[in-house]
Amino acid sequence: MFQEVGTTVEGDLIINVGPQHPATHGVLHLVITLNGETIKNIEPHLGYIHRSIEKMCESLTYRQFIYVTSRMDYLSAHINNHACALCVEKGLQLEIPPRAQVIRVLMDELTRIASHELWWGAMAMDLGAFTPFFHAFRERETINDIMEETCGARLTMNYMVPGGVMHDLHPNFQKRVKDFMLLYKKKIHEYDELVTGNIIFQNRMKGVGYLSAEDAISYGCTGPVARGSGVSSDIRKLYPYEIYDKLEFDEVLETGCDSFARYMIRIREMQQSIRIIEQLIDNIPEGDFQAKTKAVLKLPKGEFYSRVETARGELGVYIVSEGGTTPYRIKFRSPGFSNLSALNHIAKGGKIGDLIASMGTLDLVIPDIDR
Amino acid sequence: MTTEELKIKITELLPAATFEEGGEWLNINVEPADWLSFAQQLRKDDSLLFDFLFCLTCIDWKTHLTMVYHLRSTKYLHNIVVKSKLDRTKPEIETVCHIWRTAEFHEREVYEMFGVNFLNHPDQRLLILPDGWEGKNPMRKDFEDPINMIRL
Amino acid sequence: MTDIKNNHTDSQIPPSGDGGKAPFPGIVHDTPGGGIVLSKLDDVINWARSNSLWPLTFATSCCGIEMMSVAGAKYDFSRFGFEVARATPRQADVIIIAGTIVNKMAPVLKRLYDQMADPKYVIAMGACAISGGPFFYNTYSVVKGADHVIPVDVYIAGCPPRPEALLHALISLQEKIKSGLTREQLKTGKEYL
Repeated sequence: MFQEVGTTVEGDLIINVGPQHPATHGVLHLVITLNGETIKNIEPHLGYIHRSIEKMCESLTYRQFIYVTSRMDYLSAHINNHACALCVEKGLQLEIPPRAQVIRVLMDELTRIASHELWWGAMAMDLGAFTPFFHAFRERETINDIMEETCGARLTMNYMVPGGVMHDLHPNFQKRVKDFMLLYKKKIHEYDELVTGNIIFQNRMKGVGYLSAEDAISYGCTGPVARGSGVSSDIRKLYPYEIYDKLEFDEVLETGCDSFARYMIRIREMQQSIRIIEQLIDNIPEGDFQAKTKAVLKLPKGEFYSRVETARGELGVYIVSEGGTTPYRIKFRSPGFSNLSALNHIAKGGKIGDLIASMGTLDLVIPDIDR
Repeated sequence: MTTEELKIKITELLPAATFEEGGEWLNINVEPADWLSFAQQLRKDDSLLFDFLFCLTCIDWKTHLTMVYHLRSTKYLHNIVVKSKLDRTKPEIETVCHIWRTAEFHEREVYEMFGVNFLNHPDQRLLILPDGWEGKNPMRKDFEDPINMIRL
Repeated sequence: MTDIKNNHTDSQIPPSGDGGKAPFPGIVHDTPGGGIVLSKLDDVINWARSNSLWPLTFATSCCGIEMMSVAGAKYDFSRFGFEVARATPRQADVIIIAGTIVNKMAPVLKRLYDQMADPKYVIAMGACAISGGPFFYNTYSVVKGADHVIPVDVYIAGCPPRPEALLHALISLQEKIKSGLTREQLKTGKEYL
């Protein structure tokens, strides 16, 4: 079922990690060539969750295909839907009312916090620490409850439509988010005490998984993986969309280039998201939550590309339209696909324990890669 | 650089390139034979410095295939789109793995979905599809699979 | 929460703190110095099996996150006996298929199922595992339902199902085992397997 790639000499051991494995965060099959305990070559085998989404979207209308994408990178489901809605609006040249823009940004940032929480819990579990998992899920459950009151679902909330959002905010939303922010600012210090300052954790993460800046650019890495090597790549700052250009937040950069730098970036990103939410939660403008659109959407002939910053990196949606009610070709540029191609380069020469630490900091969600 | 300045610079580098109107960024059409040298110039030229390839895909217009490359520069933050028309019966183009390492996986995906042969690719084989799907090219418009695909 | 009643025998255990809601299967006869419980061995084995099912960590896509939520502290499935989630199929009892099964993954799923030791049970979680879900039409690579590959005992509807739905399904599986109606038990014709 697999071919050997690279030179194998007598005494090399080839092992399979996955597809069913507790530490691969999904169905990823890695074929690792080992010399003793040192990794010589890693070859990822993808396709164990390839659901042919791009082919399927060619037969769905512009209102329907948005909700299939929330199953692609399900941890930042709102942000995926946001990218698709932005692309369709670019084609229709719609103006989005300010209330809808603020609601979209609020939901995006809450999703980002929830996604980083789950990443943190799962990564600590991979390294052997089982307690942070429960702390992370405690926070995540609060965010899910807040979103469920407004959007109706916990994980795949189909809330964004081309033109705005589907329904208005629940009256309790503001109060619940403010209470959550007060609580969360205290809890986030717990994470530093529990995991970040732990000497075993630091020994496992510092100096492991080195990725230089030129390699990060060449491999097409985006998101915290590139920012951990000092490459500025936050789409919210470089090519701002919605109201991000009016908000005050920092782009978090680190120059460590190793796993610990990528870890610290995500922790700091959670703090920046809190900053954004606090700026917005008291200033939600009144007005419409959805622009007026026709029931059946038809994009004009042409090509449209929109990109957003998900919790994993840059997601791009490329729609080629021939003027009908369904797209002619859709391509999703997923962040995990490019981040995964750097895995062989990062983990070569290390041990398997280092591979698990590096893979944890890459934050891969496999359905996002296979589409 | 703005779109106009980019247009002038590109015409200097490759006089045979044609431009498409409309679209958010500059769309350039090149011949498949010119692509490798043009790509190297885009990467190395000091005023262009396109070092980030962020999207590589293929579109099946029923008479021909088109390769689409989206590039951007991390220093100057400008974006362009390069397209190349391929013959449907024998689609071939040079690989750019040596210029942008991210192209390795993207080109493997285009190879299995559309059947485009990338010359000098270090490792051209199936990435996402299971064994036995060589040559089936599911993303082409004339792909029929009466067993698996249930039509609505 | 559903009451867990045993279909076969009445339990006449004196009322305890939980109101006799989860009775040990058997009739208790009080004798001086203790009591005697009379029961069928099948019932006792089924009762023991159903109360300590160990799931296999098998999550392919989004439903896996809801399964992890159920393992978390808010909706806790270790109070029903599912405490130890084993990574190896040799030590697991129940496989919760959380996520879409595609053509490339189907032989892997079959192999995992074959590696599990009897008695084994299967729960299909989410619309994708029941019938292909949102990926039913116009896809060339999705298996339209996990029961094309392995026999399924309990189906849970939802996309993704709420954690409470998964807990209800786990309790239904426990009741099914106690009443002798799971696939394995019917196939072999024995109530206790």
